[in-house]
Amino acid sequence: MAIASNETTFLFGRLNFGAIPQEPIVWATFVAVAIGGVALLAVLTKFKLWGYLWNEWFTSVDHKKIGIMYLVLALIMLLRGFADAIMMRIQQVWAFGGSEGYLNSHHYDQIFTAHGVIMIFFVAMPFVTGLMNYIVPLQIGARDVSFPFLNNFSFWMTVGGAVLVMASLFIGEFAQTGWLAFPPLSGIGYSPWVGVDYYIWGLQVAGVGTTLSGINLLVTILKMRCPGMTLMRMPVFTWTALCTNVLIVATFPVLTMTLILLTLDRYLGTNFFTNDLGGNPMMYVNLIWIWGHPEVYILILPLFGVFSEVVSTYSGKRLFGYTSMVYATVCITILSYLVWLHHFFTMGAGASVNSFFGITTMIISIPTGAKMFNWLFTMYRGKIRYELPMMWAIAFMFTFVLGGMTGVLLAVPPADFVLHNSLFLVAHFHNVIIGGVLFGCFAAVNFWWPKAFGFKLNVFWGKVSLWCWVIGFWVAFTPLYVLGLMGVTRRMRVFDDPDLRIWFIIAAIGAAIIAAGIAAMLIQFYVSIRDREALADVSGDPWDGRTLEWATSSPPPHYNFAFTPVSHGLDTWWDMKRFGQTRPQANYVPIHMPRNTGAGVVLAALSTICGFALIWYIWWLAVLSFIGIIVVTIVHTFNYNRDYYIPAEEVRNTEDERDRELATLGA
Amino acid sequence: MSAHTHDTHHHDDHGHDGGHDHGTYKSYFTGFVLSVILTAIPFALVMAGGLESRVITMLLVVGFAAVQIVVHMVYFLHMNTRSDEGWTFMSLIFTIIILVVVLAGSIWVMYHMNTNMMPTMDHEALGIGS
Repeated sequence: MAIASNETTFLFGRLNFGAIPQEPIVWATFVAVAIGGVALLAVLTKFKLWGYLWNEWFTSVDHKKIGIMYLVLALIMLLRGFADAIMMRIQQVWAFGGSEGYLNSHHYDQIFTAHGVIMIFFVAMPFVTGLMNYIVPLQIGARDVSFPFLNNFSFWMTVGGAVLVMASLFIGEFAQTGWLAFPPLSGIGYSPWVGVDYYIWGLQVAGVGTTLSGINLLVTILKMRCPGMTLMRMPVFTWTALCTNVLIVATFPVLTMTLILLTLDRYLGTNFFTNDLGGNPMMYVNLIWIWGHPEVYILILPLFGVFSEVVSTYSGKRLFGYTSMVYATVCITILSYLVWLHHFFTMGAGASVNSFFGITTMIISIPTGAKMFNWLFTMYRGKIRYELPMMWAIAFMFTFVLGGMTGVLLAVPPADFVLHNSLFLVAHFHNVIIGGVLFGCFAAVNFWWPKAFGFKLNVFWGKVSLWCWVIGFWVAFTPLYVLGLMGVTRRMRVFDDPDLRIWFIIAAIGAAIIAAGIAAMLIQFYVSIRDREALADVSGDPWDGRTLEWATSSPPPHYNFAFTPVSHGLDTWWDMKRFGQTRPQANYVPIHMPRNTGAGVVLAALSTICGFALIWYIWWLAVLSFIGIIVVTIVHTFNYNRDYYIPAEEVRNTEDERDRELATLGA
Repeated sequence: MSAHTHDTHHHDDHGHDGGHDHGTYKSYFTGFVLSVILTAIPFALVMAGGLESRVITMLLVVGFAAVQIVVHMVYFLHMNTRSDEGWTFMSLIFTIIILVVVLAGSIWVMYHMNTNMMPTMDHEALGIGS
């Protein structure tokens, strides 16, 4: 497609009619999205849901609702990212024997970039952040996070980033650089139009949200634990969340700075990462991986926590080696800063550098392996119940261990010289991200869904989804390992060698099976919501849980706990059940809670507009929206009406209701 | 007690029990004067044309900047080993470790980038670029 001209006008910057992609595929998508969007808006208006959504959800500072909104965002973006994946799979089957396939290079390059960016930043990250948001305050016996408004603001900034990335589909283009936008390709010389700018500002807007949310959860865990819950009595999920947020706070500023330097190169003509005038593109690669490797652990650590909770709950046993689990987590946190160069062994460093980073990379697999043995020993001689979360956990163990082993293989520099940028690498990181992060998220959704909504998920469709995902994963990615060993590089659009085609066909079949898994999951949600009466759980503790989140009703009341619980050891709720501790049933006191506010939505909307204006060089709008951000921030600081008390009367009514529910169980 | 230990917002600020040090007029003034001096010296140094050795000038400027960071942390951010049950100090140590890893690592890595280049490809020696 012809790149629209870079001529700018005052009013619209670079934006003109040439910005609308001239491709039938995009038009068809746009029509579908437009019809779907209008239908959704119509339904919301017809059932008068706008007020409800705004008052109860969008402006909510309740960590539970924000957590759920994060998960909804992740699910929506998963569908978008997966659509990209399917398109790539089809193209790679099609484009053999002189065929160009159905995607031109401009479009195809955007798709593989968008797939990576969306899956990491707008699927995996919101999934993980949403889980931590929902579960961590409950597990530590708190009523909310430390900074509830900041939490709402963080979420909407993440949405803002997602909106910018999605907008690039219909207005202009997305980056054609791969998900980390290495210069000089991402420099203004080789990417002159708006693609990389969408990438930069989408990530910067979302990055503000991620960083603030990291600070928020970090402070929450350190300052708001209930009495008696020392660090070494925290549930493992909270521990992993703590380490993940430490990593977020320490590394996301590196990403922000690196992108700012790239922005300066593109907008102001500086030469940090250019090939001449003293610039060095390799510095960008170095810096972005200093963020990028810890990011991998930001994603996986909380899911290690999820598996720890799941395995010990369904084995009916205390987690084997709690202390070693904590130390392994902390070791991984520190070590994750010492391995980044393994992403660019081939860039030309000498043997001493490469062997140092090769060895640190192999060392990091030791604490990870220790965790795996802890889970296995927890299962050993346990009374294992094969509920859905446990099945996901076992699927994870099989899949992730293989992904980990190919990772150690890639950590050997000479091997990496052969496999660098090959499909072997692509298979490896999908192996750990799907097998680890996604399977963990699905385990978590099946595990905590009853807590969030008060009913369990349908088992049949859950199993269908599980088997489709696991089988689909292996069918889709084993061929990529094979192709990678044969030397096929990643991000290829057309192929000459017809012998390779069969492998891509198998991979496409695998992707189709995964699609069935996603469909089964959506059906599972639908069927479960439809049958919610039959699947209802009034106990609040459907799995015989061990940690404090199971001590509340499902869903938990707005204030989580009428009285702050006191912890006397690990697995606080298990102890409470064992010693027959009953809930206090009188002397309720008013509860101090934060009030909802729309400031977060407004600030994030202004930031998104500012980002859009900067992408299109609409300077007046950028200045105006930036001033707007400052003004709204200042005005918000003068809002003193931020908190209220839930009257003791209301607390008593809620708790009495809960007592009656529990009585019906005959408990 | 529970109603207040878990308040999420203290609007009467400073009601925390973390042992914050909020500084005095004197400490802020000391910090301000030190910062001005530490800014003025390197500024004057550069404006006056720098020392004989460019490297020493740069090191001095960076050194003053580093000292200034410490001044800011002590006098403006009120960091010491006791505040917030030692958490601020702990996070400082962590930050320093990360900074050292990032800076030393980057310098080492970037310094090594040309190791595998053939001698004829040494642009500096050929006078190409840079």
